[in-house]
Amino acid sequence: MARFDPYENNGGTCVAVAGADYCVVAADTRLSVGYSILSRDHSKIAQLGSVLKFDVQQFRAEKCVLASSGFQGDIKALQKNLAAKELVYEHNHNKKMSCPAMAQLLSNTLYYKRFFPYYAFNVLGGLDSQGKGCVFTYDAVGSYERTGYSAQGTGAALMMPVLDNQLKSPSPLLLPARDAVTPLSESEAVDLVKDVFASATERDIYTGDRLEIVVINSSGTHRECIELRKD
Amino acid sequence: MQTSKQNWAECRLPSPLDRPSLKAHRRPNILAERKAQHEYWRRPSFFLLPQSNPASAGCCFNSNSDPRTKEKGKRRERVREREKRGKKQPRRSPLSHRLRTQIRMTGSMDLPAKGGFSYDLCRRNDFLEKKGLKVPGFLKTGTTIVGLVFQDGVVLGADTRATEGPIVADKNCEKIHFMAPNIYCCGAGTAADTEAVTDMVSSQLQLHRYATGRESRVVTALTLLKSHLFKYQGHVSAALVLGGVDVTGPHLHTVYPHGSTDTLPFATMGSGSLAAMSVFESQYKEGLTREEGIQLVSDAIRAGIFNDLGSGSNVDVCVITKGKTEYLRNHELPNPRTYVSSKGYSFTKGQTEVLSTKITKITQLKQKVEVAEGGDAMEE
Repeated sequence: MARFDPYENNGGTCVAVAGADYCVVAADTRLSVGYSILSRDHSKIAQLGSVLKFDVQQFRAEKCVLASSGFQGDIKALQKNLAAKELVYEHNHNKKMSCPAMAQLLSNTLYYKRFFPYYAFNVLGGLDSQGKGCVFTYDAVGSYERTGYSAQGTGAALMMPVLDNQLKSPSPLLLPARDAVTPLSESEAVDLVKDVFASATERDIYTGDRLEIVVINSSGTHRECIELRKD
Repeated sequence: MQTSKQNWAECRLPSPLDRPSLKAHRRPNILAERKAQHEYWRRPSFFLLPQSNPASAGCCFNSNSDPRTKEKGKRRERVREREKRGKKQPRRSPLSHRLRTQIRMTGSMDLPAKGGFSYDLCRRNDFLEKKGLKVPGFLKTGTTIVGLVFQDGVVLGADTRATEGPIVADKNCEKIHFMAPNIYCCGAGTAADTEAVTDMVSSQLQLHRYATGRESRVVTALTLLKSHLFKYQGHVSAALVLGGVDVTGPHLHTVYPHGSTDTLPFATMGSGSLAAMSVFESQYKEGLTREEGIQLVSDAIRAGIFNDLGSGSNVDVCVITKGKTEYLRNHELPNPRTYVSSKGYSFTKGQTEVLSTKITKITQLKQKVEVAEGGDAMEE
């Protein structure tokens, strides 16, 4: 007797890398179910605030971008939920949400559904109040941590070791604790992210089609796409 | 009803060991005896007896110095004397045989009786499943394999991706296997099963060729495959597309893991079979030329490569005609790597943090043992 399974994994991988004054958030655009591809052009990156269908220019969180992989049904619901809560925050506090504030909000939203979780593996990227890049990585129920870089999704296990090696991140076992932000320049970080996705696409069947890269700077948010293997 | 511990112990079912043996009065401690006998033969020093006699070098058991041999010899003499006197040997009761087997089995290795499959763990798996252990599902085959018959013969095609769950294990593996110079076989399913079964049948076909002096026929390969797969009741997970040209003409067959076969003008198997079959069903016609056939097969495999996540990388094609076979390995490479970092990677010393170092010297060998050459008693 097959029970109804409320979850489904739509695959995909998300990565974020924090720099001294920038943040790179990237995700592939493949949506799959089982062994089939549902869409080659489905974005996993959301600029929070823009999912609501009215003029959101003035309501967007200040330079904060969420990339999620997992069950896209839950992810869409989560994005809507966050956008609504963000709007309420702006009405109450008369200012846009900073990235660390959004990080805490996301954690609370996820834990609120602790016993029927959002099947979403999130990576939040942006600039903090001092203008430095920040990346927050989450598990499905809201445990989060500020790190210098992170990968989540089906290809995460393939990417993390390469990122660990290349981003010269100090070991968390060293004392005193050192800053996790990478010393790489923005173009080098983007080059690394492209290469790491191309490598993960070779070996992970759920990653591929196209790569969407969002770079958050002091000058604004810039979006770029490159092609990946389509098999 | 009062069931104290004592009563419960008494209520247990009598085991066969409790039953009094008919000859128990003669050999009252038969169980202890047998156990001791078994333990003697299984003692650790058994294999480390010193080589006192150079004639028995290479043999770990020296029968001359072993005291047990003499006892066994005595028993044999007794049996021989009984036979001389004309008396029949006493019939061994099934009980004593079971006793002997029971004791012999204690401590011995759990090997399957003969070669082949041992299904002992199936009972354990059922038990674990009842206890609530989640059984890992069988992996769906990640492959697209196709075959079609054209005017001069048969064209086979396959993708080149081998998957282990969601990970690509081999980006460029060979799925078209050699059976005979005029017969090739594409395999989908568990890679080990397809390799083993096609190698086995290929060897059998060669022996058959030597015996008959004729070129192998496709139906021979088909019958050998299907009878093997049926014998294993689907546990050998090999789904094959078998094609070839022999004296009776071109043939194309599909073989399923349970042993059923189909004879078809065009066929597809594997997880990408639906994508490939959609191409075949829309574009196949009888009497295709060689170029059309190769193009259609490549199109079908490419459909599987791009639309099925279990298939990918390159297209392999094999064209078999009367008297000639062409194996076009990597006929098409539609998936080059999209991005290579121009900066490259350097792995200099010091990139990985060393937290602590401990150096342990490896001790030298104390003794070198030389094996002397001589007559080997075991070789006789």
